[in-house]
Amino acid sequence: MTVTKAKIAENINKKVGLTLKESLQLSDEIIEIMRSALEKGENVKVSGFGSFVLRDKGRRIGRNPKTKVEIEIPPRRVVVFHPSQVWRREINKK
Amino acid sequence: MKKSELVKILAEKSGLNSKLAARVVDTFFGSIKEALKNGDRVEIRGFGSFEIREYGSYVGINPKTRKKIQVPPKKLPFFKAGKELRERVDKGKEK
Repeated sequence: MTVTKAKIAENINKKVGLTLKESLQLSDEIIEIMRSALEKGENVKVSGFGSFVLRDKGRRIGRNPKTKVEIEIPPRRVVVFHPSQVWRREINKK
Repeated sequence: MKKSELVKILAEKSGLNSKLAARVVDTFFGSIKEALKNGDRVEIRGFGSFEIREYGSYVGINPKTRKKIQVPPKKLPFFKAGKELRERVDKGKEK
């Protein structure tokens, strides 16, 4: 199953006691605050969860695996996620 | 940006007190962890998706002692940035 924002908002509604509409708006706010920070070049670290880290990638030559045609991939900035140590341990404990 | 700053901005923007804003933020991230724990994947439009990836065992080398060690199989949360986030982050580098 795939969990979406609606389900997250439902949890906020149930656990925090705000209305569903407010919970959805707050979820959108959280997402937008993080996106804006990353857009400004700022990493986002959420303790107990993980970090969203920006990486600047250099120019490289890529290849379409099907047609084998080479194309140049320009330098770009990407987001990578590092899960927190706590979460990594939680997931792997038996 | 740390979680405490995220909470502070959320409180300012929404008018919630900071204690409540902190609970909302914790529940937001807690829901993602809970879903992945239950074997579900999480998809947040415009931000990205989270899923658990399983990695097999492999032989690694301790770079300090140069000793070979067998790294056991493990599971790790994996995040893939969504279209809007990807585009905004990449455009952001020009500023």
